[in-house]
Amino acid sequence: MSQVLDQPATSTTTPDLDFGFSKPRAETRIVVAMSGGVDSSVAAALVAAAGYETIGITLQLYDHGAAVERKGACCAGQDIHDARNVSDALGIPHYVLDYESKFRQSVMDDFADAYLRGETPIPCVRCNQTVKFRDLLATARDLGADALVTGHYVQRIEGAAGPELHAAVDPSRDQSYFLFATTPEQLDFLRFPLGGLPKTETRALAEHFGLPVAAKPDSQDICFVPNGSYAQVVEKLRPGAIEPGDIVDRNGTVLGQHKGIIHFTIGQRRGLNLGNTDGKGEPLYVVRLDAAAKQVIVGPRSALGRRYVHISELNWLGDAPLGTQPIRAAVKLRSTMAAIAATLTGDGQGGAHVVLDEPEYGLSPGQACVAYLDARVLGGGWITATADEPPA
Amino acid sequence: MAKPLTYLDYNATAPAKAGVADAIAMAVAQGGNPSSVHGSGRAARRLVEDCRAKLAMATGAKTSGIVFTSGGTEANRLALTASGRSRILACAVEHPAVTAHCLPENLLPVDTQGRLDLAALEAALADDGADTVVSLMLANNETGAIQPVAEAAAIAHAAGALLHCDAVQGLGKLPIDLSRLGADMLSVSAHKIGGPAGVGALILAQGITLTGTRAAGGQEQGRRPGTENLAGIAGFGAALDHLAAGLADLDRQAALRERLEHALAPDAIIFAQDTPRLANTVCVAMPGVTAETQVMAFDLAGFCVSAGAACSSGKVQASPVLLAMGVAPDLAATAIRVSFGQETTADEIDAFAAQWKLLCQRKRAA
Repeated sequence: MSQVLDQPATSTTTPDLDFGFSKPRAETRIVVAMSGGVDSSVAAALVAAAGYETIGITLQLYDHGAAVERKGACCAGQDIHDARNVSDALGIPHYVLDYESKFRQSVMDDFADAYLRGETPIPCVRCNQTVKFRDLLATARDLGADALVTGHYVQRIEGAAGPELHAAVDPSRDQSYFLFATTPEQLDFLRFPLGGLPKTETRALAEHFGLPVAAKPDSQDICFVPNGSYAQVVEKLRPGAIEPGDIVDRNGTVLGQHKGIIHFTIGQRRGLNLGNTDGKGEPLYVVRLDAAAKQVIVGPRSALGRRYVHISELNWLGDAPLGTQPIRAAVKLRSTMAAIAATLTGDGQGGAHVVLDEPEYGLSPGQACVAYLDARVLGGGWITATADEPPA
Repeated sequence: MAKPLTYLDYNATAPAKAGVADAIAMAVAQGGNPSSVHGSGRAARRLVEDCRAKLAMATGAKTSGIVFTSGGTEANRLALTASGRSRILACAVEHPAVTAHCLPENLLPVDTQGRLDLAALEAALADDGADTVVSLMLANNETGAIQPVAEAAAIAHAAGALLHCDAVQGLGKLPIDLSRLGADMLSVSAHKIGGPAGVGALILAQGITLTGTRAAGGQEQGRRPGTENLAGIAGFGAALDHLAAGLADLDRQAALRERLEHALAPDAIIFAQDTPRLANTVCVAMPGVTAETQVMAFDLAGFCVSAGAACSSGKVQASPVLLAMGVAPDLAATAIRVSFGQETTADEIDAFAAQWKLLCQRKRAA
C-alpha cells in the first residue's frame, strides 16, 4: 500500500497527503506538473488541500495551432486554459513554461528519427525522461521547491535503501512502464499522489473538489499526434524522408510494395495488402524492418518469437546495481502486456541482456523493456536488438 | 497566505493614480454622447476636451492634432497605415505594435546599446524618402534606452520622409515636446501613466493629415470614427494631472536605479547601461537562470517583474530587443525587466535586490 495515503479515499473524504518533510507544510513548496487533465488536476488539489505551498506549472510543449493545422492560433491550447482554470479554482499560483524547443529536440525529433530507423518509439517515456524530469525538475529546484508532483499512476515508496518506484495500486491505471527511466536522483525529488488511487476515485475527487475538468475525457493519443496519424507528423518533421520500398519474405523474394517502413511495426498484419498469406494459407506478419534497404520483411507468426533481447540506456532502480551476476525478474516489453519471467545480466556497457523464459511475439526495437520484482520497478532500458537464438 | 506585493512592472502598466477611478466612475455616471447637440452631450464633450487640452499641454501639441484612440497599439497602427506613405521603416527594437506593420527587410539596425543606427537610416532613405514614414520609439520598453528621435527626425525630414514616434514608454518618464522632438506623429497610452487601459492618443504635428480614415462616423475630425471612450478619456485626464509631479520625481527614480544596479553588481549584467536611459527601467540578466524561472520565483516572493514580451498564454520568448542589440540568445533568455515609478520606495528596491541575490545564490549552490 502507498505510504502517502493515510486513509482510504471516498467521494466525500479527501485522502490526506503527507510527503514526510520535517518542516511545516505551509513552508514546504511543492510544484505540481499540471497538464490540464483530470489526473494532474486532482494531484494539485490533493497537495493544496493537504496544506502545502502549491504551485501549478503547465508546459507548452508544441504549437497547438500548428498541430491542429490552424493558422494564427497563438499560444495556448485548451489544456493550458483548463490547467489555469483549475489553479484559479484551487487558489494556487500557476505558470506556463515554454518548452517548445526542448520538446521538439528531446521528444519529437527522436520520435521521427526512431520511426525512420524502423523502430516503434514511445515518446511519452522520452518526455518524462527529458522535458519533465530533467528540465521541469530543474526549474522546480530553481524555484526553491521541495518536491515535484505529477499525476502519474505510480507509487514512490520509501524503502530501506531509499525511495523505490512501484506500480500503481490499480493495475488498469498503472503507468510505471512509462516511468522506468526515472533516475534515483529524480525519484528522490518526485511524489505521485495518485498511485494509491483507482481511476474512479480520481473522478470522484475531481467532483468533490469542484474542479472544472471533472468530466473531461482521458487523453488517449500521443499529445502531439492528433487523431493517431503519426505518419503525417513524421512527414512534417522530416520532409521527404518517408520512402517507398519492397515487401519481401525472409529469403528476399519481393512480394509487394509499401509506401514507407514507418507505416509498419513488428508483429503487424494489417496494411500489407498481400492477401496476408504466403500461399500455404499461413498469415504473414511483419517480422523485421530494414531502414537501409527500405524493406519490410514478412514471415509467419513462428518467425516472430524471441527469447533473447538486448537493451541499452539501462536505468537501474534496484538496491544493488545490475552486474554480471544474473538476476531473475518479471519483464514487460510493451506497455500493455502482462509481465513475463526473465533473467537479466548487465552487459558492462550501460545496457543489459535479457533472456525470456518463453518466447515473446512482436517485440519491436524502440520499445522499452522494464523489469519488476512483484510491483517494484527494478529498472529498464530500450530494446535495441532481439534474437531467437543466444547471441554469439 | 497573501504576501504584500511589490509592484516593479510599471512599464507593463502603472498603478492607477489618485482620482483616476473617481473620474472614471463620475464619467460613467454622468453619461452622454460627446457628439450630441443637447446639454448631456455638451457635458460629455467637456470631459473629452478637458483631457485633450491637458494632453496638448503635456506634449507641446495643438489640441487639434490630438486623436483619441483605444490605446498605443491603435495609435501606432493609425500612424503607420494612414500616413499616406506606403513605405514603413522602423527601428529593430520597436514594440511589436510597430514592427507588425513593417516588412522585416525594413527594420533598421541598432548598436549594442539599442540605439538606432542613424547612418543606416540615412542610407535607407536615400532612394524614396518622399514615400516613407519612419517609426522610432522615444524610449525602449525593455531596456529604457532613449532613442535619438530629434536627430532621426532631421534626417527623415531632409529626405522628405515623415517621422512617427512611439512615445508610449516616454510619456511621464521624459519631458515631451513635439516640436523639439521634430516628430510628425506621436503615440501615447493612458495606462502607462496611471490612467486606465483602453485609451490612448495619436498626436499629430501641425499640417499632418491622415488618409483613408473617414469610413464611418466623423468623430475626432473623421480621423478616428466611433463614439469616444468617455470614461477612459476622463480617467486619462485625471492621470495627466499627476504628470508634472511624476516628472519632478525622475531624479529620485534615477537614484533608485543606481542604487539597485549597485546592489546587484557584480553578478548582474545590465543592458543599455552606456546610453541615456529612462530613470525607472533596469533590464538585468542573471546568468544561468532563465527569465521565466526568475519571474516565477520573484512572483512567489511577492515581486512583480516581467520578462520579454509575454503573449496571451503567459509564455515567455527570448527578447527580440536584446537579440537586435547583439546579445547572445542564451544570455538574452536570462534577462528580466524591473520598472518602477513615483510610488516606489528605496525599501522596496532594497528588498527586491536582496531577493535577487538570494535567487542567484540558490542557483550557485545547486
